Amino acid sequence: MTIRFVLMVNKQGQTRLAQYYEYLTLEERRALEGEIVRKCLARTEQQCSFVEHRNYKVVYRRYASLFFLVGVDNDENELAILEFIHLLVETMDHHFGNVCELDIMFHLEKAHFMLEEMVMNGCIVETSKSNILTPIQLME
Amino acid sequence: MDTIMNPFSSGTRLRDMIRAIRACKTAAEERAVVRKECAAIRASINENDHDYRHRNLAKLMFIQMLGYPTHFGQMECLKLIASSGFPEKRIGYLGLMLLLDERQEVLMLVTNSLKQDLNHTNQYIVGLALCALGNICSAEMARDLAPEVERLLQFRDPNIRKKAALCSIRIIKKVPDLAENFINAAAALLKEKHHGVLISGVQLCIDLCRVSSEALEFFRKKCMDALVKTLKDVVNSPYTPEYDIAGIADPFLHIRLLKLLRVLGQGDADASDAMNDILAQVATKADTNRNAGNAILYECVETIMSIEDNGGLRVLAINILGRFLSNRDNNIRYVALNMLMKAISVDTQAVQRHRATILECVKDSDASIRKRALELIYLLVNESNVKPLTKELIDYLEVSDQEFKGDLTAKICSIVEKFSPDKIWYIDQMLKVLSEAGNFVKVEVCHALIVVITNATDLHGYAVRALYKAFQASDEQESLTRVAVWCVGEYGDMLVNNVGMLDLEDPVTVTESDAVDLVETAIKRHTSDATTKAMALVALLKLSSRFPSCSERIKEIVVQHKGSFLLELQQRSLEFNSIIEKHTNIRSALVERMPVLDEATFSGRRAGSVPTAVSTSTGPSTGASLKVPSGVSKPAAAPLVDLLDLSSDDNPVPSSSGSDFLQDLLGVDLSPAATQSGTQPSKSGTDVLLDLLSIGSPVQQSSSPVAGIFSSNQATKAPSSPLDGLTSPATQPVLAASPPAASPIIDLLDGLAPAPSIPEKNGPAYPSIVAFESSSLRIMFDFSKPPGNPQSTVIQATFTNLSSNNYTDFIFQAAVPKFLQLRLDPASGNTLPTGANSNVTQTLRVTNSQHGKKSLVMRIRISYKVSGKDVLEEGQISHFPRDL
Repeated sequence: MTIRFVLMVNKQGQTRLAQYYEYLTLEERRALEGEIVRKCLARTEQQCSFVEHRNYKVVYRRYASLFFLVGVDNDENELAILEFIHLLVETMDHHFGNVCELDIMFHLEKAHFMLEEMVMNGCIVETSKSNILTPIQLME
Repeated sequence: MDTIMNPFSSGTRLRDMIRAIRACKTAAEERAVVRKECAAIRASINENDHDYRHRNLAKLMFIQMLGYPTHFGQMECLKLIASSGFPEKRIGYLGLMLLLDERQEVLMLVTNSLKQDLNHTNQYIVGLALCALGNICSAEMARDLAPEVERLLQFRDPNIRKKAALCSIRIIKKVPDLAENFINAAAALLKEKHHGVLISGVQLCIDLCRVSSEALEFFRKKCMDALVKTLKDVVNSPYTPEYDIAGIADPFLHIRLLKLLRVLGQGDADASDAMNDILAQVATKADTNRNAGNAILYECVETIMSIEDNGGLRVLAINILGRFLSNRDNNIRYVALNMLMKAISVDTQAVQRHRATILECVKDSDASIRKRALELIYLLVNESNVKPLTKELIDYLEVSDQEFKGDLTAKICSIVEKFSPDKIWYIDQMLKVLSEAGNFVKVEVCHALIVVITNATDLHGYAVRALYKAFQASDEQESLTRVAVWCVGEYGDMLVNNVGMLDLEDPVTVTESDAVDLVETAIKRHTSDATTKAMALVALLKLSSRFPSCSERIKEIVVQHKGSFLLELQQRSLEFNSIIEKHTNIRSALVERMPVLDEATFSGRRAGSVPTAVSTSTGPSTGASLKVPSGVSKPAAAPLVDLLDLSSDDNPVPSSSGSDFLQDLLGVDLSPAATQSGTQPSKSGTDVLLDLLSIGSPVQQSSSPVAGIFSSNQATKAPSSPLDGLTSPATQPVLAASPPAASPIIDLLDGLAPAPSIPEKNGPAYPSIVAFESSSLRIMFDFSKPPGNPQSTVIQATFTNLSSNNYTDFIFQAAVPKFLQLRLDPASGNTLPTGANSNVTQTLRVTNSQHGKKSLVMRIRISYKVSGKDVLEEGQISHFPRDL
């Protein structure tokens, strides 16, 4: 019932944002990212957005040059996660204005803040853009 | 200016560092940059520089994300958290969550800060603390801070409430005992208006139900109506710009509520009734043009399938799934296939209707969909539709790609095995699979095929001819080669004489030399591995007996392997060569037809059951009947080890744990043979075999069943160990032949069993003694001496249980004075059932360096368990016969 991790990876395979909701060592993380990214990048447009990897599923979607990958348990609703990815992108878009990969890179902490408002402990907690963005705007 | 002059000072902004890293062309450069940066950060930490702390932390986070270790930054996080400004705290907590995790001890230090922050006046700070706690708290922290969180569940600000709710989830996951405290608060949360709080509250309830069953009961009773009403409101709610996604108001909330309903309704009929209406409403109202609508529909269908049965709803659900299946979007089809797998257990008929569509999905271009569809098909197969389905799958096998072939082959094989209506169809399908994808077929499947062929006695001719044709046509498939070689060897005469033709076959003329050609090709092909070549050698031996005219040619082929580097092939080639040349009179007896392997026991054994126990052996020293030794409770190791030890002083072969099959063949084949008593062998036969066996090398198979066993078991183990074990002389008596050839050979081999074990072959016979007798146990010693060595004696100890209880963990130990050397071989078993008929045997070897001057003397100790108590018995044996 939980989200295990959220990754944003560019087309060359470099991780732009990584948030894990379960504990993995650094080596494990790198290995995991490598494997999953390889699988997702190799897939074509026609193929399914869900990849099964070991004991969980990865739901991914490509926006321009950035891949959004969300790793979830096997019994999670995949279509809902797809919606969640879209919501995340829209929220960031709303805040940064036409968000692109560089925005996320250079404002990594803000991206993290937004993600944290939306997901806590692996569960989706807030889905309203205005509610999410209020605390962030307060900090500016 | 400073930043330009010294780009790696602690004053670097995050973006400059990122730019620097991006500018690196190679990984080594990047590492260098990162290292410099880390050094700068460390220096800055040591200086306790307040101004740039948050920048440092941001940089650390970036570096951590790239994969470099950043432990030194952890204390920085703590300091930042402890400071009073909001931005510092913010980044401190963020750093905490990213750089640390619950296993680090440093986390404990944060507990106090967290506590203070949870009670802070600034609600955003409270929110921060809750967030951090919710993401990484450990069990102890959870226990400490749980009361605070409970209090915050009723805070006035909805943001705090929602965060507190999620935090509680983590707490109850870590410390399930605290769940009861949260039940009431959670129920209150369900009445919220704020969506954020509602979602978290629902999630909290779901997890509570999972963790504690009393929570489940509570929610079922009290909250069902409220929940249904809430869902209704959400479904019917008007357009709200805040939560709107694709025209639907907050689909996430929809889905979460449906999940909770699922958890509550599972297994409970009343709850399920209460939600029927709302589920129907959601299902019909969902907008399928958008992904969000489909997501809700998917969740709804899942809920319907999990709750208690309601015919109408189920039908509705399966129809929805059918619609999903024909959707063009891959995602939706994938999701539908997933659901259908769960639906099969509920309603198979309905899913069968969609079989055609699912079959299409197996051929889809997308790998995930193919995999799912294949699994689904596998579940759908039954006796009525197995033929067309298998045909489709085999057709697809030809065009599928490599990674998929393995899966597909495995599934086809198991389908064919389980559901084949008749043997001829089974053989046909398996041949097709072998020709197409033989390399992916597992070896057990090949063996199963061989077993089936041997069992279908009227189909032998058909099978071997079909294999012959397939072999000619095929593309160097290893498994096909093996099966073909075995069958041609076994039934070669049927092949040549067109025996047992079935109506649907075309006649094919195969000469003897063609058959030999086939086997020769198999041997010569360089892609054949050792097992195949070994099988081919055996097949050649069989053929040389069945087609005497080709003997010369076969001999030449066999001889070519005399110098092979593989010990197995070399040995076989030498032995077979000598059989073909010198011992033509016994050759036909050697390679008689394999006895039919009992299918039922075979499949039973294959399922992994323990080899069935046959009565314990009393060892060849008793002379007459040979029973299969077996350990009743031990794994397959013991019997074979026993066999070996009775025979020679070689080290026992490692246990053939993988060859249950082998063990069982021995069991199956030998029980009929075992009870035979011998008649006198013909003289010449004895001499011949004596000659052969006294060569001293581990000797060849002495009968066709053994040959058959080995050939069809090659693949289960590396050739060396079981064969070495089984070909040692003493095993010959036990491996004695199938009934037709039985008697002379058993007795040949009887007579040849290693001398020490057979009293007739010994020097002066020594009387057996009762070594030890108590009220509960009797030990008999039988003596024998190996010829040529008067100092050593082999003692066969027989333990008999005289009481009326069974003994377990039976261990016998012995000690001898210094002038004697003693070796104990493992016992035949360690369970001694009651009764005078069953006993355990053990062999002892004693060497008396003072032979003739002093006689044997021994102290013994026996320990065993009876009725749960340990028993120990000791004694001394000094009444050995003299001259030992």
